[in-house]
Amino acid sequence: MSLEFSDKTKKTIDKIIARYPQKEAALLPVLHVIQKEFGQISEEEEILAASLLGISQVKVREVVSFYTMFNRKAVGKYHIQVCSNLTCTLMGAANILNFIEEKLGIKPGETTSDKRFTLSTVECLGACEQAPSMMVNFDYHGHLDKEKINEILDNLE
Amino acid sequence: MKEKVLSEHFSIDNFFKLDVYLKHNGYQAVKKALTELNPEKILKEAKAANLRGRGGAGFPAGVKWGFVPQNGDKPKYMCVNADEGEPGTIKDRYIMTHNPHLLLEGIIISSYCVGINTAYIYIRGEYENIALRLETAIDEAFQKGFLGKDILGSGFDLDITIHRGAGAYICGEETALLESLEGKRGNPRLKPPFPASIGLFQCPTVINNVETLANIPSIILKGAEWFCALGLPNDGGTRIFGVSGMVKNPGIYELPVGTNLKDLIFKYAGGMKEGKKLKAVIPGGMSSPILKADEIDITMDSDTLMKADSMIGSGAVIVLDEDTSILDVLTIITKFYSHESCGQCTPCRIGNSWIKKIVTRISRGEGKDGDIDNIARLASNMVGKTLCPLGDAAAMPILSIVKKFRDELETSIK
Repeated sequence: MSLEFSDKTKKTIDKIIARYPQKEAALLPVLHVIQKEFGQISEEEEILAASLLGISQVKVREVVSFYTMFNRKAVGKYHIQVCSNLTCTLMGAANILNFIEEKLGIKPGETTSDKRFTLSTVECLGACEQAPSMMVNFDYHGHLDKEKINEILDNLE
Repeated sequence: MKEKVLSEHFSIDNFFKLDVYLKHNGYQAVKKALTELNPEKILKEAKAANLRGRGGAGFPAGVKWGFVPQNGDKPKYMCVNADEGEPGTIKDRYIMTHNPHLLLEGIIISSYCVGINTAYIYIRGEYENIALRLETAIDEAFQKGFLGKDILGSGFDLDITIHRGAGAYICGEETALLESLEGKRGNPRLKPPFPASIGLFQCPTVINNVETLANIPSIILKGAEWFCALGLPNDGGTRIFGVSGMVKNPGIYELPVGTNLKDLIFKYAGGMKEGKKLKAVIPGGMSSPILKADEIDITMDSDTLMKADSMIGSGAVIVLDEDTSILDVLTIITKFYSHESCGQCTPCRIGNSWIKKIVTRISRGEGKDGDIDNIARLASNMVGKTLCPLGDAAAMPILSIVKKFRDELETSIK
């Protein structure tokens, strides 16, 4: 069975493609939309992107495998990305990561069995003045300590 | 109070909205540029302002625009570098969050100057919420006739598209950014040809950093002379320095180019946290060579830092205190560059990965005699031997750490 978009998403994708003089240039934004809709970019989504833009699947794979934000496997409802770069590490990122690991019972790269949380470490998020920092999906959180992490994670829907 | 060009209005509520922006002289620079000035005059002013690129390389923006051939029949493009990935760098996030219309004004004026009708803002993928804010700002500007066809009756057309990256540091390098914008892996191109002649979609292209472009409106309104007087004669204006690490008040500080680094840390950022002693400073993002505590009485401008064998880069200052282990710093730096190397050039791909292996082994307590020399040798072999500056960007901080903190590193081995 092939993947189907909602009509709204189809319109969004048409609009995106129209922004570029070459269809292929829309690949990154189109992949973002596909990932938002289906939660991942696995083989099926690659085929979909390829057919939308008139390029081969291997071209899509080349791109998906290059960029860290494209998830080839689905992540949990909340993707927690803890910065492990220099300033955050100076300010205690390792302790923050340990605490989240213990709280959720998963290591970086893993997803909780209820598919609620995925934990990752990432390079600099561009929020060094609020180190240590992390993202939960696309929301930034800084000045982290144990209390704040409890507050953030326990108050998610 | 020092004069502020970019951050003066950051604290005003809803300044990101067009109606609020218009109440504070918003779009006056676009009006002046498009209705009173011609492209030649704007280029002359931009050159005279000595506005050096704020992304890292410090190349004068006006000179860059001047490289674009004016007589071809191909379309020309503007690419705004909003990829902000250099560790320590936070400034463009502030500009785009609090002052998106200032950036749009800068894009409109510079596009008008170079004769460009299509601009792309390449923004790092993680900044999704900021990308949405920029899209709203673009929609508002369209509605008021500051973007689109025949802007303010000038006959000039401009369209701006937001293009989100997807988590690759290398795409901040200008030719990797172009590849990424064309829907490909972010593998940098061989230069020359430079983007000014063959860039996006094989067409002439200008690539400028967010902060660079955000300075343009004030230069148009107040003039190049004012801008130079604000900073240094050959390096004009202010910079938004991002200070992070072991200081009392980490954050952004917009100060004149040429501000003393010691003042930035001790006067503006409140000095060291918990009364600790300063150990070292990374003055311009992680790629810039490290300065020891006794080397920070220095002015923050492109030329001075270059003379001190470092660089101002993106103006991101990372402060290390006496408790910081230099081996930990080296471990993080090597992990980062080996992860972010695109893999295209052998010296960078293999060099960074070997340096990481050696440094990781040392941090496990299994260092061997000769390790430090090997790290230096591998790093030296990357310098100048890669298509893009990532090889140098990795080698420079590593070599400076080996040179300045060799004794401390050696004690980790013995």
